[in-house]
Amino acid sequence: MNVTLFIPCFIDSIYPRVGISMVRILEKLGHRVEVPMELNCCGQPGFNSGCWAEARLVAEKVVARLRNAEVVVIASGSCGAMLKVFYKELFAGTPLEADAKVLSTKCYEFSDFLVSKLGVTDLGARFPHKVTFHDGCHGLRELGIKQPPRQLLAKVQGLELVEMSEAETCCGFGGTFAAKFPMISTAMGEVKCASACDTKADYIVSNDASCLMHIQGLIDRQGKPIRTISLAEVLASE
Amino acid sequence: MTERENILGRVREALRNPAPAPGAHDALHPTGATAGQPVSRWLPKVGQSYEERLALFKSNAEGLKAVFHLVKNQPEMVACLETIRDAEGWKRVASHQGQLTDAVVTELNLPVMLTDAGYDVNLLEQSDVGITECDALIAQTGSVLVTSRSAGGRALSVLPPHHVVLARKEQLLADLPEAFELLTKRYGTSYPSFISFITGPSRTGDIERILVLGAHGPKKLTIICF
Amino acid sequence: MSGFATQFKSNAQRVTGDLKHRDLIQSALRKYDVVRTKTASTFQDWQAARRTASSIKWDAINHLDKHLEQLVGKLEARGTVVHWASTGVQARKIILDIIAEKKARSIIKSKAMTAEEIHLNEAMEKAGYEVVESDLGEFIVQLRKEPPYHIVFPAMHLSRDDISELFTKELGSAPTREPEELTMIARRVLRSKYITADIGITGANFAIAETGMISITENEGNARLTAALPRTMITLVGIEKVLPRLGDLALFLPMLATAGTGQALTCYNSMYGGPRQADECDGPDEWHVVLLDNHRTELLANAEQRDALHCIRCGACLNVCPIYKNIGGHTYGTTYQGPIGSVITPHLRGLQNWKHLSFASSLCGACTETCPVKIDLHHHLLQNRRNAAAEKPVWWEKIAFKGFAFVANRRWAWRWGIRIGSWLQPLHPLVKGTRLDPMRPWTKTREFPPLAKETFKDYWKKRNDRA
Repeated sequence: MNVTLFIPCFIDSIYPRVGISMVRILEKLGHRVEVPMELNCCGQPGFNSGCWAEARLVAEKVVARLRNAEVVVIASGSCGAMLKVFYKELFAGTPLEADAKVLSTKCYEFSDFLVSKLGVTDLGARFPHKVTFHDGCHGLRELGIKQPPRQLLAKVQGLELVEMSEAETCCGFGGTFAAKFPMISTAMGEVKCASACDTKADYIVSNDASCLMHIQGLIDRQGKPIRTISLAEVLASE
Repeated sequence: MTERENILGRVREALRNPAPAPGAHDALHPTGATAGQPVSRWLPKVGQSYEERLALFKSNAEGLKAVFHLVKNQPEMVACLETIRDAEGWKRVASHQGQLTDAVVTELNLPVMLTDAGYDVNLLEQSDVGITECDALIAQTGSVLVTSRSAGGRALSVLPPHHVVLARKEQLLADLPEAFELLTKRYGTSYPSFISFITGPSRTGDIERILVLGAHGPKKLTIICF
Repeated sequence: MSGFATQFKSNAQRVTGDLKHRDLIQSALRKYDVVRTKTASTFQDWQAARRTASSIKWDAINHLDKHLEQLVGKLEARGTVVHWASTGVQARKIILDIIAEKKARSIIKSKAMTAEEIHLNEAMEKAGYEVVESDLGEFIVQLRKEPPYHIVFPAMHLSRDDISELFTKELGSAPTREPEELTMIARRVLRSKYITADIGITGANFAIAETGMISITENEGNARLTAALPRTMITLVGIEKVLPRLGDLALFLPMLATAGTGQALTCYNSMYGGPRQADECDGPDEWHVVLLDNHRTELLANAEQRDALHCIRCGACLNVCPIYKNIGGHTYGTTYQGPIGSVITPHLRGLQNWKHLSFASSLCGACTETCPVKIDLHHHLLQNRRNAAAEKPVWWEKIAFKGFAFVANRRWAWRWGIRIGSWLQPLHPLVKGTRLDPMRPWTKTREFPPLAKETFKDYWKKRNDRA
């Protein structure tokens, strides 16, 4: 398959290893990966702030560029939800409405792509650690992704998955929310960290690296005995 | 223009814009499939046989801390009531006229205040127990269905500290849909002004979410059924 | 930022830092979550029940005029006096006029969020009437002179010791740590109030159009007593409470209980169809039903957000909201808290002054997932944000996002933006945490990760060049 990889802004600039891991996995499975170099953001920050016209300035390019993609795989649940769910709202009543609807049918978040589209769960990965999984809200509730990450983790050699009580509770990142209401964002992150640490896991794994950026930021500041790692990196580990 | 006309006018004006269909926003779980199905399909199961349903009623009612006595006949109902009377030391009983209550309550040999023709609220408040009939028992929820007509008014079943319900086995219904069907069939041309589903003794969780019985209504609910 | 927004942020700052409060609320709502999940799982198909409830409410609201006319016709046919109030001011006047006409001295009230909404208690007290809240949680917060903390559990934020102290101070009772004893103290005090009250005021959970009835859901029995003993009964009901048929309650009563408290049914679910009838032995001589609009028709006109009127006020969205769990009910500063409150308050009280509640959300969607009538809550928050920005643009934000779009749409600008950022980042510690720190909202409580020396796009370009 020709897989078009959509690389969100923070993956490109802060967590390139997430993207690199995805490329490795997809190529190992025999697919051709292309990355549109001119696409840098899905437009969610503007969209979430209510500045839909400004968000469209960015999103238009995404819709246009991905028109001819066979399938689009997105490196995070929140950007995935933007392309698959929210573009339809953002472009409703505009000339790009039809294109947005078509794009939606071609979009997959990474774990969902592997399990639901490719039918693959065993990537021959090895990650001998105790981990707990954080369900990013957009992936969980906008895209309905709950089992695929767990099905993939179940096949990772040496990995022990322990569920935390607050796995589905929002970590508090929420994009611009983290900067506009930092005290609430922080409190939510602390609740998430406490729940993760209760499992005695070594790692918090998630399919949304933006959540992990926020959680890791708290872990580093408060010195918690746990680390974050993206699902893609775990699946690419040997 | 009256306020009625103002408000209805605004409502009609507002409804000129059509709203999206229900659940349209939830692409993951669309609505269509449920249309036209009876609600009992979604509500908790109630078992097929009478025995299953009776057992379900008993277990639900007891789970709510109500007391359920299944007796064989009217004399046993009286005996059961006498036992409670002695255990609790009843001095004053409040009740209403009815086929069962007329027969049973007089056997207690206690002064009985009947509410049917009106009553003194203070006397009702001082009663040890309110004994009523009911319209139905509902297996699905362990509830007792009463109305002002079947249970001696609005206050008799809620003001005294103990509410005793006298019921017949035939009054057992499976679930809430059946209960509402019964109400329509029995009262549809002229409903009582008060209908109530009583599900256990009065309770509150307002203090640290800890369950306390007898908040304002009765602390005890006893159902005697034959 | 409006004054309300400033107040909100300052309260949020204080409450989120209160770890004792955090523990109390988180553990209370964790317990709720367990019970609610267990009860919902006893349904043969909870999701199908939600879909059905959503359809019924859709019918109710989208044919509201028809249902209201039927409701009122049936109520009036049995002697109920029906009043229509376009505004809170009108509703208060109607109720105060009734009270004055009855020369009432004492008024007992059962729980009514609409009464909170129109500040009815304050109006009655100002006019010199004694009003007693009979619901235990409302009774407690009334004594404390504070608003309810939660639409279903008004005193959720208080410990038994708080309540014991309060009762000792206000009622002269002996201190006790037992919830049972505290409840009995309230019961004794309120008992005499029921019997002597001239007027009973109630709210309503549902208004049944088909049979002309008001349905009230409760656990304590205080609403039943309020509707049984006083000579005059007044019921305040929002026009959106309508359900088409009596039989709809077979679904809505258990769903309200399950979502609201995790119970299969609450203790008392009562339907009132009129004042005392000729063949009845008790009940009010007069029953006044006050139908309240108060901006509901405005929300109705907003077809996109109309389903917010489907709300059955169960409180489930509050219970699952991680924002609510961390800031608590009082921080919202509104009658209706949590996600539903954030959605409708701009419509009830003004968008520009209350848009901050729509922004104070990570849009996690837990509310929408739990709502028993499938209101699209978190997407409505997004719509409020969009509407607020369209109505009154925040100019620096518009410019910032235009600038961001400029950079994001150009490979060279993006590449250079990150490169410059990664050169400047080592200097960041010099300003980190201070007022000069551009990242201050973040770095106040969190570390920010280093920008990558080689971005993904750098890696990809290198790979392609090599190939």
